Amino acid sequence: MSENVPNDLLYTEDHEWARQEGSLVTIGITQFAVDQLGDVTQVDLPNEGEVLKAHEVVGSVESVKAVSDVYAPVSGKVVKVNSPLQDSPEYVNEEPYDGGWMAQIEISNPDELKGLMNAASYEEFLKEHED
Amino acid sequence: MNAAAEPRITPLCQAHRRLGAKMIDFGGWLMPVSYPSGILDEHKATRTAVGMFDVCHMGEVHFRGARAAEAVQRLVTNQVGKLYDGRAMYTVACNPKGGIVDDLIVYRVKADHFLIVVNAANIEKDCQHFVQQVGSWCEIRNASDETGLISFQGPQAQACLAPLTRAPLATLKPFHFLPDVQVAGRPVWIARTGYTGEDGFEIFCAAPDAEHLWQSLLDACAGVDGKPVGLGARDTLRLEARLSLYGNDLTDETTPLEAGLGWVVKFDAGDFIGREALLRQRDAGLARKLAGFVMLGRGIARHGYPIHDPSTGAKIGDVTSGTVGPSVGKNIGLGYVPAPLARAGALLLVDCRGKKIEAEVVQGPFYRR
Repeated sequence: MSENVPNDLLYTEDHEWARQEGSLVTIGITQFAVDQLGDVTQVDLPNEGEVLKAHEVVGSVESVKAVSDVYAPVSGKVVKVNSPLQDSPEYVNEEPYDGGWMAQIEISNPDELKGLMNAASYEEFLKEHED
Repeated sequence: MNAAAEPRITPLCQAHRRLGAKMIDFGGWLMPVSYPSGILDEHKATRTAVGMFDVCHMGEVHFRGARAAEAVQRLVTNQVGKLYDGRAMYTVACNPKGGIVDDLIVYRVKADHFLIVVNAANIEKDCQHFVQQVGSWCEIRNASDETGLISFQGPQAQACLAPLTRAPLATLKPFHFLPDVQVAGRPVWIARTGYTGEDGFEIFCAAPDAEHLWQSLLDACAGVDGKPVGLGARDTLRLEARLSLYGNDLTDETTPLEAGLGWVVKFDAGDFIGREALLRQRDAGLARKLAGFVMLGRGIARHGYPIHDPSTGAKIGDVTSGTVGPSVGKNIGLGYVPAPLARAGALLLVDCRGKKIEAEVVQGPFYRR
């Protein structure tokens, strides 16, 4: 897989990524989403302790030209958010899969992970949706 | 404009693709929104060096004949009589109710030849209006398709353009222009005008020469890190300089007095269309005004977001333009609000997708070079 779509992550059709480590899932937005948005200037994060359902709005990413909601790939409780993004939203552009992570969720229903795409399927999905 | 129709392209479309631009349909035109270096970088290049803009989509309408000046004055609110050969001015054209048909730059070429540059999305509407109102007074010719226009803006613009031309740039003052000069061997008109709040030039050419000129200008500004700039940074640059955007800040329903463009309305210029309505509005006092504001809390105002009065909670207007201000260091915006709330220091609440964020009204441009 290309470096834009890391192998060890799961993906949504809304261009979020999820990294599973036991019962914790770290989420963020993909390189594709970042390329579409351009320079990110503001990130809104959920509150720690918030309980979310899958597909609910978990935050938003604003670039110079647009605002985009971020949806929870899985249900669960937000145990940690990447608060440095409040002051340094550019991490999302610079390293969307590392320093640009947004939140860590303790999953309530691990089966939901099966509904996400693996890297190969996500790359296929991106190809199908190229203009 | 037929939304389903293929967008029109400018003579520079292939050049943008070669530069890796992200292209979007903007009011029926396929235009670059940004190049690979990104909007913030393009913004900064224009403020510190040079930014190059494809504005070939804009409209050029020539008025020729003994009554050309009279015809133009009938259409616009600013005083055409104070122009002289080689002098340009910003103005608006109004409908009989005082609403803005378009905002324009009028160039006096000769006593019997004026050029009006109009917004791309308004070319058909404006030409129809012009012909309907004064078509029998002089020749009106829409030269938009055969005319290319490149904007070359920034503190290094003059230094970078100078090697390509013998035109006396150093003595060309703002809102003046030189017809019949050359750049990179091609016949052009050079105007010291722009839409960024920086010094700079707009270069009119024959459409087939646009690509050669674009490449020559790119090469000429590469040494100072000059860059092509797309619509994204064009918007942040113009809004920081508090220049209005037709369709957002100015419409058929807003008057120049409300829009803060009273300085382009010269009631004694002549019997221009909309004069009576504007006089009545001036005498009655303005109910609403276009206010410029900076966001005090975390939030980016965007076109269409509601504005509320913090003391009553009532919705009092909408954001007409809003963005980040990279050179201002604040998020900025414009919106029509009741006149008492358009004063500097007044507080507003901007509803950013459900979160009401405080904003403070400021006078004048957000950014000055």
